[in-house]
Amino acid sequence: MTPGLWELVLKGVWVTVQLLVCSALLATAVAFAAGVARTHRLWIVRFLAGLYTEVFRGTSALVMIFWVFFVLPPAFGWQLVPLWAGTLALGLTYGAYGAEIVRGGLLAVDPAQQEGGIALSFTPWQRLRLILLPQAVPEMIPPFCNLLIELLKGTALVSIMGMGDLAFSGNLVRLALQESAEIYTYVLLIYFVIAFLLTRMMRGLEKKLKAGVGKGPVTKTARPEPAGIEAGAR
Amino acid sequence: MNWDWTAVSDFMPHFWDGLLVTLQILVLGSVISFVLGLVWALLTRVPSRWVTWPVGVVTEFVRNTPLLVQLFFLFYVLPEWGVTASAMTTGVIGIGLHYSTYTMQVYRAGIEAVPTGQWEAATALNLPLRRTWTAVILPQAVRRVVPALGNYVISMLKDTPMLMAITVLEMLGEARLFSQETFRFTEPLTVIGVAFIVISYLASLALRALERRLAH
Repeated sequence: MTPGLWELVLKGVWVTVQLLVCSALLATAVAFAAGVARTHRLWIVRFLAGLYTEVFRGTSALVMIFWVFFVLPPAFGWQLVPLWAGTLALGLTYGAYGAEIVRGGLLAVDPAQQEGGIALSFTPWQRLRLILLPQAVPEMIPPFCNLLIELLKGTALVSIMGMGDLAFSGNLVRLALQESAEIYTYVLLIYFVIAFLLTRMMRGLEKKLKAGVGKGPVTKTARPEPAGIEAGAR
Repeated sequence: MNWDWTAVSDFMPHFWDGLLVTLQILVLGSVISFVLGLVWALLTRVPSRWVTWPVGVVTEFVRNTPLLVQLFFLFYVLPEWGVTASAMTTGVIGIGLHYSTYTMQVYRAGIEAVPTGQWEAATALNLPLRRTWTAVILPQAVRRVVPALGNYVISMLKDTPMLMAITVLEMLGEARLFSQETFRFTEPLTVIGVAFIVISYLASLALRALERRLAH
């Protein structure tokens, strides 16, 4: 591995990170919009959101990427920059999975909370924003963390379309060196490190959000344990 | 948008070939992931840190890295090490290995959900360890986890197109080949997109029926 090749790999990491951030943002927005819409009063809104989730969860992410790259341009006459095409395909696919998480999280909030909001004559929007979401979001973080790792793994798919992400630069280095074991080991390790950092980040976020609604373990002001219990309880 | 039905009918023979390959991958990959996942799950219960720790690290690593790169690794590195296998075999092993790290978690949850009383009863009856597992714990644990395993079969179906990247001609591979020969992209890609939605929808209906039967 020469420094030039490492530079190539680093560029790939940068593209992967960009794609990850953009599609994660899109997926989050879509997930919340569709997930909340699935609990809407009107059946048509519920139906449309349900149709979206079923269609995008039903198809394969890679087929979706091919579709966005090859079918959209001739069909609608516009060509997307590869980064945005990848973002669109990944964001919509993983957003559909996220919508199910959001729906599950909203349904898991104690119905009495919702009724309390109605009794206080909150508007539906106020109930959602002030009562449901603050309690539901911390519970959604662990499944969202898993989904984020899946999304990271999904970003490797754009390399098939020739986008210069980490997996693609790995292929280029393989062609340059005519040797695969080393570079693919490095690429896998880099993906693993990114996944590890994401898990850590999400865990921190979960702690913070839970503390915000008084659920998390209170770290600083915990009452002092009697000596000896800590050692025995492991 | 211009839609050409003759392109669809030209593509259909290739589609059936691709579908057959996709289903083969799915069946073989599922078998590998079910068996290997159980092996991992049992190994994590061996009372020795020298076994559980490496198994934990390896499975965590495989689970958190992209299947696509793992497939490249197997496809390009194994021949360098003197192991030659067809693209199809490599792909099936890769996808089975990847999903075994997921099914392992499922089995583990199933084993942990078996009530402690069952373990105690097995001890009280003086059953050897082997009988305890094969006759008491596993039949109960596996029955519990069938629906969750089914979900992973469905997500495996949606990962089979990745095998196209290592030259396996499954549905997406056939569609791409057809597109390159005829310059028609819209029809084959839409056909296989719809096929994926239909197959995974039917599979989820079948799974729900199975779940209801197992509940009784």
